[in-house]
Amino acid sequence: MKQDKAVDEATRLIEDWTRVHGRTRDRLLPLLHWLQEEIGYVDDPAVPAIARALNLSRADVHGVVTFYHDFRRAPAGRHVVKLCRAESCQARGGAAMEAEATARLGVAMGETRRDGQVTLEPVYCLGLCAIGPNALVDGRPIARIDAAALERIVQEVSA
Amino acid sequence: MTRVFVSRDMASVALGADEVAQAFEAAGCEVIRTGSRGLFSIEPLVEVEQNGARVGFGPVEPGDVAAVLDGSHAARLGDVSALPFFAGQQRFTFARCGVIDPLCPEDYAAHGGWRGLDAARAIPPQAVVDAVKASGLRGRGGAGFPTGIKWQTVLDAVSDAKFIVCNADEGDSGTFADRMLMEGDPFCLIEGMAIAGHAVGADHGYVYIRSEYPFAIATMREAITMSAERIAPFALEVRVGAGAYVCGEETALLDSIEGKRGQVRAKPPLPALAGLFGQPTVINNVLSLAAVPFILSEGAEAYAAVGFGRSRGTMPVQLAGNVKHGGLYEIGFGITLGELVNGIGGGTASGRPVRAVQVGGPLGAYFPPSMFNLPFDYEAFAQAGGLIGHAGITVFDDSVDMAHMARFAMEFCSVESCGKCTPCRIGSTRGVEVMDRIIAARDAQPVATERVGGGLAKALYSCAPDRNDSGLEPQTALLRDLCDTMKYGSLCALGGFTPYPVLSALDHFPEDFGAPAPVKEAAA
Ligand SMILES: Cc1cc2nc3c(=O)[nH]c(=O)nc-3n(C[C@H](O)[C@H](O)[C@H](O)COP(=O)(O)O)c2cc1C
Ligand code: SF4
Ligand code: FES
Repeated sequence: MKQDKAVDEATRLIEDWTRVHGRTRDRLLPLLHWLQEEIGYVDDPAVPAIARALNLSRADVHGVVTFYHDFRRAPAGRHVVKLCRAESCQARGGAAMEAEATARLGVAMGETRRDGQVTLEPVYCLGLCAIGPNALVDGRPIARIDAAALERIVQEVSA
Repeated sequence: MTRVFVSRDMASVALGADEVAQAFEAAGCEVIRTGSRGLFSIEPLVEVEQNGARVGFGPVEPGDVAAVLDGSHAARLGDVSALPFFAGQQRFTFARCGVIDPLCPEDYAAHGGWRGLDAARAIPPQAVVDAVKASGLRGRGGAGFPTGIKWQTVLDAVSDAKFIVCNADEGDSGTFADRMLMEGDPFCLIEGMAIAGHAVGADHGYVYIRSEYPFAIATMREAITMSAERIAPFALEVRVGAGAYVCGEETALLDSIEGKRGQVRAKPPLPALAGLFGQPTVINNVLSLAAVPFILSEGAEAYAAVGFGRSRGTMPVQLAGNVKHGGLYEIGFGITLGELVNGIGGGTASGRPVRAVQVGGPLGAYFPPSMFNLPFDYEAFAQAGGLIGHAGITVFDDSVDMAHMARFAMEFCSVESCGKCTPCRIGSTRGVEVMDRIIAARDAQPVATERVGGGLAKALYSCAPDRNDSGLEPQTALLRDLCDTMKYGSLCALGGFTPYPVLSALDHFPEDFGAPAPVKEAAA
């Protein structure tokens, strides 16, 4: 079954990682970051494997995974657009840009488009506050987003 | 070969610095990637070396290579450090940022690097702590607690293991100084942490960097590897946050490093006595630690000589939002808010009148231009019902809707609450609802005037939409009650300070809340 294979794969990855990086509790965040990098998300079946590897309870791991905004429970789209929603970007027209972005990308904030092409996520400040509105498009920072820049982003993530 | 300097700072890259650097490389130049000097209206900035001096051009586009190299480009700036924006600064902490290659140890040493650590290691720990005390350095992360006193507590604590933790979570909107320092002069922070290690007897340190700062994470990791021998036996590692604003709070940050949910711990015990893994821990902001090499190499007096009142030394102020000359401006305390916003910042980027500035991030108060004579100083701001915080100044023009900003403050608190206490967790959600009703009533010409009473239960649980209560006046009364409850009932500043932006917006801009005349009521 597909799901079992995914679990086996995750278990193997987690075992390999902890062998190198250790099994103490403080390895949990680095492990989650790494796992998300490798697999793209931290889903429920991975939780018991992580708990076993670090000698924690499932509830412990579940509590941590769900606490932090960064960890995804399901795969993201092929492209991830993180749009800054914080005050300094708002002072530069960020709210209007957010409305425009959701309309043009055809996806709501915090969601993945049906075709799996793009995930749009809110972010609260990228430290680029004097040149907003700002975004991270697949990890690449983009400043001063206006209609033209948004159009380029739409083209890029639709390709 | 012509040497050309182009910033690799995340803001510069967001404005196209990588493409510009590539164009100069393609033209056969030797391109040195620096940090940013901190004036974003001239980024991407290119500095061309001529007879040992640098000539600046900015902003530059990839197609401008030829015109820049033959000196004919219209955006010629000359000596960048002589521009008014830079000439007026006192750069203690950011002296090297934008000048050197951040990952070149020789460059760092040639520009005064490691002199502070050498000076510190030549004297006993107590003498280092004394120097930091004498400098008057106060924590730059927001609370302004004297750094030397914090270090003394850790030095005096008896334990096998002690830790230095650098708080590089910098989650406040309008702030980017920590990011710029880590990207532009990472060895300076490393040196500061090594000095702290020597001062308190800690041999291990962590830099906790928010995940929203991928460039800073990469630069710090590389710099730590490069300087491992230089700082030994002190050792450092980077830990990456996971998108939780509250992890900037020091005890939540410690829990996060320990692999737990980032929830705030009740104090006492102080982290200085029982911090990371229960051991005595120095936890300081990036700028606090990065100020220390200067204090040790130039002397505590040189640092303390600058400043205002009990706020000594310099503050890297960050001008953000709708501002013409946004960026990082390091200066001694005491400069007025108006000088910063209108003088140095040049007013709004949109060219419209300034209406409000928020100082100190999402938990900071909004000020109207009528308060622009406030001196930048911890005590002066506290007295005016606000806070300096991490010295981020976000400028808004007259198109801002302050009721919307108050609603956003509540919304932000509800999204980022760690959930430990009720006033913050539930109060912020109720706050969003109250603001929605205020905005709806404002937009629908209010008629109801009946006042409602206060109290915790009323504020937290009894503001379900009620026909009789939905008028403006009862709703603003309810908002004040709710803010009171959050202020006095919250464990940490996330819930406790959210009333600052909310009430300052209400007090200074009552017209946006549908009230006719300014309400004169002290927020503190
Ligand atoms: C909700 C919240 C967020 C905070 N965020 C930060 C932060 O991002 N960076 C920081 O240095 N301090 C932050 N602080 C303050 C820290 O708790 C702590 O006071 C500081 O790191 C101490 O360092 P300092 O003495 O060098 O300022 C925050 C506090 C609260 C309550
Ligand atoms: S005030 Fe909010 S963030 Fe702070 S401890 Fe309480 S619930 Fe957590
Ligand atoms: S507020 Fe958007 S980058 Fe800081």
